[in-house]
Order: sequence, then C-alpha cells, then structure tokens
Amino acid sequence: MIMQDSEFQRNSRGIHTLSALSELSVGTAAVVESLDLPDEVGHHLMHMGFAPEARVIVVRRAPAGDPTVYSIDGFEIALRRETARFIRVRPQQEGPR
Amino acid sequence: MSDCCSTDTGIALLESPAAPRAQGKIRTVALVGPPNSGKSTLFNRLTGLRQKVANYPGVTVEQHFGKLNGIGRSDLVLIDLPGIYSLDSYSEDARVAVDVLHGAMPGTPAPDAVLLVLDSLHLRRQLMLAAPVLSLGLPTLVLLNMSDLMETRGGEVDTLALAQELGVPVAKISATRGTGLDSITHFLDRKSEPEQPHPFMRLELPVVGNARSYRQWATGISTRTKYKAPFSSEWTRKLDEILLHRIWGPLLFLIVVIAVFQVVFTIGQPLSDGFGSILNAAGDKVGIYLGHGWVESLLINGIWRGVASVLVFLPQILLLFLFIGVLEDSGYLARAALIADRVMRSIGLNGKAFIPLLSAYACAVPAIMATRTIENKRDRFATILVAPFMTCSARLPIYILMIAAFIPNRRIVGDFFGMRAAVMLSLYLLGFLAAFGTAWLLKSSILKAASAPFILELPQYRMPTLRSVGLRVIDRGLVFLKTAGTIILSVTVVLWILSHVPFHSDLPQSVIGHIGRFIEPVIRPLGFNWKIGIGLLSSVVAREVIVGTLGTLYGADPATQSLSLQAALRHDLTLGGAMALVVFFAFAMQCTSTLAIVKRETNSWKWPALQFAYMSVLAYAAAFATNQIILRLILR
Repeated sequence: MIMQDSEFQRNSRGIHTLSALSELSVGTAAVVESLDLPDEVGHHLMHMGFAPEARVIVVRRAPAGDPTVYSIDGFEIALRRETARFIRVRPQQEGPR
Repeated sequence: MSDCCSTDTGIALLESPAAPRAQGKIRTVALVGPPNSGKSTLFNRLTGLRQKVANYPGVTVEQHFGKLNGIGRSDLVLIDLPGIYSLDSYSEDARVAVDVLHGAMPGTPAPDAVLLVLDSLHLRRQLMLAAPVLSLGLPTLVLLNMSDLMETRGGEVDTLALAQELGVPVAKISATRGTGLDSITHFLDRKSEPEQPHPFMRLELPVVGNARSYRQWATGISTRTKYKAPFSSEWTRKLDEILLHRIWGPLLFLIVVIAVFQVVFTIGQPLSDGFGSILNAAGDKVGIYLGHGWVESLLINGIWRGVASVLVFLPQILLLFLFIGVLEDSGYLARAALIADRVMRSIGLNGKAFIPLLSAYACAVPAIMATRTIENKRDRFATILVAPFMTCSARLPIYILMIAAFIPNRRIVGDFFGMRAAVMLSLYLLGFLAAFGTAWLLKSSILKAASAPFILELPQYRMPTLRSVGLRVIDRGLVFLKTAGTIILSVTVVLWILSHVPFHSDLPQSVIGHIGRFIEPVIRPLGFNWKIGIGLLSSVVAREVIVGTLGTLYGADPATQSLSLQAALRHDLTLGGAMALVVFFAFAMQCTSTLAIVKRETNSWKWPALQFAYMSVLAYAAAFATNQIILRLILR
C-alpha cells in the first residue's frame, strides 16, 4: 500500500518522518500514527493496543528474523513483517526500555 | 457432540433459549474478559468444574457452563465466554460472545448479570473492553484479577474511584489464590433484590464505539483513578533472551521437541502395551464366564476387542495432553509458535500449527484437539485436515510387521542404519510430505485466506499448576473417550455382525469375506489379495486392527495355518504388494476416532467426509504406483 501524499506531508512537518513499523531496528521506540490495513484487521490490532498515539518498542526478532516481538502497553505481541509494514509510526529518538 | 456443554456439566439449561430477562432476578451470569486475564482460572474457582486453563491467547473457543458451586450459589449458572479483546466481530470468539450477551445464542439463556474480569497488571489496555461491555446495560461487576501480583510489583489503582468512573462495583481479586471472591457473592446477593438506581451513577461511555475512542476513554480513566502499572516481570524478559535467542532458542526448542517424543515413546508405548494386555486379559476372563456362544463372541471378540484397540492409545494420548498442557500454561507454546512460524509459513500455515502437527506423530486425536489455539479458522481447519498424515503410533504395528517380513536386515551405513530403518524412515518422510503438500494445496484452494494476519500475544511465563494441567488432561481424555468411544462402539458392532453373518460361518464365508472378495478386483492392481481387502475393511476402526485380522485370516487358512504370520505373508504377497500396503497405510484415513474428533472440532460431517475421501484416493493412487513401480523396475 502506498502512503497518501497529503497525509505524509502533514505528518512530516515536524522533525520526525514516518516509517513502517517493520523498518525499525530492535530497541527503538516509536509512536503509532496509523494503520493501513483492512478495517477488520486494523480494528483488531487497535484493540490489542496498536492504536494511534500508542507507544511501541521493538523488543526482539524471532530467531529466524521474522516475526518481530513488539511491546505495547506492557504486552508483548509478535507480528510478521507482512503485517507490521502497514503500521505507520513516528520513530522516537531515544527509547528507554 | 454439540451438546457437550450441557451433558458435561450435568446442568439442565434454563427452559427457553432466550427467555426474557426477569427484572432484577439473576439466574444466569456471564463471565467476560480478554484472553490471558485469568478468566478460565476464575471459572474453575467459581464452579469447581473442569475446564481448560491456559496461558495462551484465545484457547476458550467452546462455551462452558457451570453452577456457581464455588461460592455456594448452585442456583445460579455461570457461562464462560471466549476470551475477547472487543465486541467487534473480528473473530468467531467475539461473535459468540456478542450473541450470548445479547441473548441471541440459541440454547443459551440471556445473562442477567456480567462478571467482567480484567488483568490488573495491564489495566490500561484491558479497560478498553469495559466500554462496550458496560454499554450493554447489564448489572456488571468488574473484577481486577491478579491484584496480588500487581501490588507486589509496585502497581496501584484506586478501586473506589474506578467504581465511580465506571458506575459499577469494582473488586480486586486473585483467581489463582482465591482471594476477594466474597465480592462476587455480595454483588450477586444484592443484584438478586429488585434493582435500585445507582446513587453515584456518572458513567460516561465514549459516544463513538471504535478502538481509538475506547483507548482514549480507557487512558483517561486510568489516569483519573491513579492507575500505576506494575513493573513488568523481569523473569519473562530474561527467559526470552535465552529461549528466543538466535542460536539457543531453536536449539532448546529442538531439545523440548525431542524430549516430548522420547517420553511419549519410551514411557507411553510400554504403558500402552501394558494397558492393552490388561484390557485383553480382562476380556478373556469375562469371556470364560460367558461361555462360547455368540454373546461371548459379540461382547468380547467384537465390542471389547474393538474398544480396547482404541483404548490402548489412552496412555499416550494423556501423556501428550499433559505435555501440551504444560507447554501452554507455562507460556512456552507461544514462543514455540514464534520460532516455528517461519517454517510453517512456507506451506501457508502459521507457527501455532507446529505443536499440534508435532503431536500428530504420536496420535492425531490430541493433535486435532490442540488446534484450538489457532484462532484463524482457515488455518485451524487446514491443520486439522493434514494432521492424520503424520505417522501416528497406530501405523507402527503394520509397518513393523511388513518391514520385518519383506525387507532384508541389511546394513547400509554402519551398524545403526540398515535397510529396514531406511524403509521406516521413508514412510515417516512420506507422511510428512503428504501433510505439507496437502496443507499447501488447501491453503491455495478451498481454505485460501487473504486478510488474516498472524498476531501472536506472548504471555508472561508462569509456573503451570498441577490443578489446571490435571483438570485439562482429565477433560480432554474424557472428550476423547466420549466422542471416539460412541462411534467406535457402533462401528465395531457393525463390523462384528458383518464378519459373523451368516451365523456359524468362518470369516472368509461371512458378509465381510464376500465384500473382501468382491473388492478384490479393485485392489488387485495394488498387489493385494482378498485377505488384505478384509484387513483394510476391518481396520476402519483403527489402523493396528489389521494385524489382528490378518493373523486370524492366515491362521484359519489351511494353506498357511502352520506358518508364522510373517512367513504366511511372504508366501501370499509380493514385495510390491507388501510395500503398497504400508504406503496405503501411510496415506489412508483408517481411524474412526480421528474422524469422530474431526467431526466434533469442525462441527460438521463435511470435513471428515472430505478428509476420508481425499486420503483414500491418495492412498489408493500411491499404493498403485508403489506396486507398479516395484513390479516393473525392481522385480524384473
């Protein structure tokens, strides 16, 4: 899915640019911006914590490199890259774990 | 077995499916909560009923009922709803929960009150479920579970403020320790009296019912009630650093897998064998009293032997349930799924299918029951459909017999690996390939799923308790006995009649003997004769029955009477036919218990019928190919 230009510009006014959750390296923190997934899946993920403004930390990758474990609201949830790439986040500079 | 719940618990459900709610009077209480909130543990506490307790998201797929015996209110019925994150109907679980709460579930009375269980360790997110549940308008008690853990880890929350925010009573409890449960008694006693308007009702629910607004609402309440999240468990992080380590993780995973197998086969097999001889000896003892009539024949040789041939698997099945239970309750099962996901994905399944498929190497029955942990229905059905291809222990007797009779004991590599081991290994490989090929086929055809991502919650590690694992082993064991037992009983009776009518005839002259001869032209290209045909027919109950049937047939035949079974088989079959037979068994669905369990788990005869047809066709084709190849290439 392609980011919509207008939205991208509006969100990239600040110092942070948007990136896909799957692109973040282990140990970094980010704030969820939006979910580019079908409504059903998106809502389910939001109820599991991946809602806009939620802070997410990349905890670790599975031994095979995928899925990746994310910490959100104190829960640890693993997502495959194919799902995480549709979650747009604002990376935060420092991520105290 | 869709009526399992009511018969399991012995509770007569209230008279009409959706009886109008009597004002203020409570008869039915619903237990609602997110996965991993400790809901099942609380259910066991409150009802004293056996029920699955697990540390893995979404295990409660079935509905469970129980009388509230645990708090002395056996006049009330508690309904355990599936663990849900929201009332959005994303999953089947949520749809079931919504239907029950609205009183729209046929056969289930509308609940008059709700117990909402929330994990107090993660209250901020768990509160999101409170918004839609409270908006149902039912009398509700919010239970903050694991409050003991929360407090020892430095968390806190103002329950009085929370009660005011939510407009319903709130209580701290610990389901594992059984503390705070008197609050439930108070709540139910008070609510049984005519409803009084709540004095300090100032509930403000989000107007827009979506995840975003629920989240803002939950965050607001958490802040106003001074919720302080406890420190997260260091244990889980530290353990995961090892158990999910790039090198140690898969290695330890492998060790766990091997250990499970070692135990199931080195302890389970002798147990099963011993149990089998006890069952047969008991049958013989009783048979003596019955004399030598047809009654004895039907009861002992027909029913008892047939049922015993399935019962012998009970020790192995229970051991597997025990292992799966420990893995699940400890939290390791989710990690195993994470490690296995990459491999399972290549055939279109996800990591959660790994442990069930692994269990299927011992027996498909516990494997199919363990697929409940796979939330995605299509993935779950695909796993159920391929599980019987894994080489289960019921195939071993015929494999061992045929290999010993037809494959020379020649070494290939060193002392350990000989020709017999190679054939055995190829049969295992064959089943594995068939399973993976079929999974791939299913996932790219009838069970194709477009928008079902793999979402895996990793619960904190917990020490499995004897109580919860024990309850589950008993529960699953009973389900197996009941589901498989009833069908096996009828199949064995039918088989006995077919093999004894007309009366006073030997097996070759019986109806089944005639059917065996009748199908001989069909199985002739596979290299089978009519005796094998009868063996195939009789092994519909369970795969290993064929060994006994062949023994009877060759023992009764004057031409082979004096020979051992192995020698008789060599005398009667070609190498092609023998190998075709084991290949046939590698693929064919010769197991009534499995079919019964598949019917129960998929709640339809469509899937077991499809499975039986598909596997039979595949078995026939593969056996045909095997026989022809050996005939034309090797034995020229």
